Amino acid sequence: MRKLTLAIAVIAPMLGHAASAEDTVKIGYIDPLSGGGASVGEGGLKTFQYLADELNAKGGILGHKVEIVPLDNKTNPQESLVQAQKAIDAGVHYITQGNGSSVGAALSDFVTKNNTRNPGKEVLYFNYAAVDPSLTNEKCSYWHFRWDASSDIKMEALTNYMKDTASIKKVYLINQDYSFGQSVRTDARKMLGAKRPDIQIVGDELHPLLKITDFSPYIAKIKASGADSVVTGNWGQDIALLLKAAADAGLKVNWYTYYAGGAGGPTAIKQTGLDHQVFQITEGFANSGNQAAMDYEKAFRAKVNLSLWYPRAVNEMRMFKAAAEKAKSIDPVKVAAALEDLKFEVLDGGQGLMRKDDHQFFQPIYISSFGKLAANEPFDEESTGWGWHLVSKIDTPQAMVPTTCKMVRP
Amino acid sequence: MLELIVISTLNGVLFGMLLFLLSSGLTVIFSMMGVLNFAHASFYMLGAFFGFQLTKWIGFWPALVLAPLLVGAIGMAVERYGLRNTHKHGHVAELLLTFGLAFAIEEIVSMIWGRSPLDYRVPALLDFPAFTIFSTNYPAYKIFMLAVSIVIFVALLIVLKRTRVGLIVQAALTHPHMVGHLGHNVGRVFMVVFGVGSALAGLAGVIAGPALVTQSDMAAALGPILFVVIVFGGLGSLPGAFIASLVIGLVQTFAVALNGSLASAFGPLDPSTGPSVLTDIWNVTIAQVAPIVPYMLLVLILIVRPMGLMGTRES
Repeated sequence: MRKLTLAIAVIAPMLGHAASAEDTVKIGYIDPLSGGGASVGEGGLKTFQYLADELNAKGGILGHKVEIVPLDNKTNPQESLVQAQKAIDAGVHYITQGNGSSVGAALSDFVTKNNTRNPGKEVLYFNYAAVDPSLTNEKCSYWHFRWDASSDIKMEALTNYMKDTASIKKVYLINQDYSFGQSVRTDARKMLGAKRPDIQIVGDELHPLLKITDFSPYIAKIKASGADSVVTGNWGQDIALLLKAAADAGLKVNWYTYYAGGAGGPTAIKQTGLDHQVFQITEGFANSGNQAAMDYEKAFRAKVNLSLWYPRAVNEMRMFKAAAEKAKSIDPVKVAAALEDLKFEVLDGGQGLMRKDDHQFFQPIYISSFGKLAANEPFDEESTGWGWHLVSKIDTPQAMVPTTCKMVRP
Repeated sequence: MLELIVISTLNGVLFGMLLFLLSSGLTVIFSMMGVLNFAHASFYMLGAFFGFQLTKWIGFWPALVLAPLLVGAIGMAVERYGLRNTHKHGHVAELLLTFGLAFAIEEIVSMIWGRSPLDYRVPALLDFPAFTIFSTNYPAYKIFMLAVSIVIFVALLIVLKRTRVGLIVQAALTHPHMVGHLGHNVGRVFMVVFGVGSALAGLAGVIAGPALVTQSDMAAALGPILFVVIVFGGLGSLPGAFIASLVIGLVQTFAVALNGSLASAFGPLDPSTGPSVLTDIWNVTIAQVAPIVPYMLLVLILIVRPMGLMGTRES
């Protein structure tokens, strides 16, 4: 009798588990939930959980409930593979990741190998923020889809804007020392050199990724170089602490950034007192002027108590649903085929396209600056009273770049 | 250039003094008990988190006093109920105890406060630029950190060198049995020293928390550097730890400020222009290797002078 009870106690939960696994679409969220990237990773997790709840409230994807499985990779490629394997073993067919292109490259490679070795058990990798261009060029994979604009698209747009700003004379580059940071610096050098040969690059810094706790020495160096503008791809605590150190030292320059709006960034910018002198480039932002997006932002802030930092995550999840409905299946192979060349109305308005050639999503891109708000701009950031203001919008056709990807199709 | 040197020196001295606050406790504990306390950086982290929490409840200034006292009390409890019991099983057991403790503290801290950085702000009273040199502001809070570190250093020196308590502590360092025979309670001396050492680490945490980042991996990030400091300065030597802290603080800050690479040292004969698999190595700048410089110093000093700068024995 006792053995029987024990057996039931052990087996019963397994049965329940198997039944529910059949019904839900599990999305493995592999991102830092500890260490230097944690603030970004936790924000992303809350966003995806909000999106999953939203889908589930409307009946899920083809009647399947969507579940986000959080997995902590500590921003470490090796750890990410361990977590990805764990996810696959737990019945996950879709993984999503964004923080760290080094992680992105490792995951893309891992998923590709996994799918070659285990036909019938394919896994798709939805990349919402790892922007190293190589992921959709020389290292492209059929199983990888990217919703964020790649680094070269962003730099192209940013330098187009800088080109017309005559006051820029001396530029300082500071970036994180890994694949993404290096691609930012190379692109910036190349594009600025071509578009504005008169601009002098007075500094080109690479620092360790997410390890620096005090940027004062770097700020002292920027100051000494006499730069009037800084270009940086830093994200997570690396941008927040960089701006904080700049605020402490009273460094007055223009900042051209990819991610100044990340956690802690707005607070630090307000502290620097640089009104509309910090620029960022994104695929959408709170005060974009698009009514649907602004209503969405309002609902999101009310529920999650964060700004919507990832409009691309909204696009990703909605497109996932659209592709599944088009394919009439949640089978990863069919969803992947349906995603190719799928056109989609993005959150902030305008049509986007998941290009078949390289699985890069192209969408309108915005340059915005941070400072005092105008009357029609309702959203501030981190209770600073300051918010993002539209500076320039680049439509989808102008935001497209060529690819060298030679896609290997299954 | 002058501006860069002045600011870097200030930053370097500041970081060095912070290292000293931490390493002073560690090195005194080592010289007394022969135990390398792996959990020392964890006490620093506890200080920062207690400081954050108490600041929220009762304000920064009471927290500045209370948080180190709390950490000190925890340190004493660890010595009294942990280390004293394992002492009879030898140094390895003690080492393992502190090693385990470091992990336990990290996990407990992340259980209570989570793993993401806390919003631990500089108190409003000190949130202004203290002075401006060459148009660069220097934050008042950093001057405050510097002042606290110097006060502690002077106080520690006076207590150890000029008071009766210091006399007993110093005697217990080298001749614990003789001190015991003279009627002093050596066990209590150990406990108090361990407590004071932990409290100093806690104090460093409280003041460094708002300036740096308060999160659950801050102990792991700083721990290795502490060992570099005390080995470099000479195990158990307080002046050694002081010099080593400053040297490492300055070296790390200046390494960031310098631009040169190995290749540029050759001037027109720059070897990186030729096609070579070594191009990347030639072009690595000093700033990029800044984080590993302290560890290179550690290796060097162990080869050249194993007892450290001011150390008296090899161990």
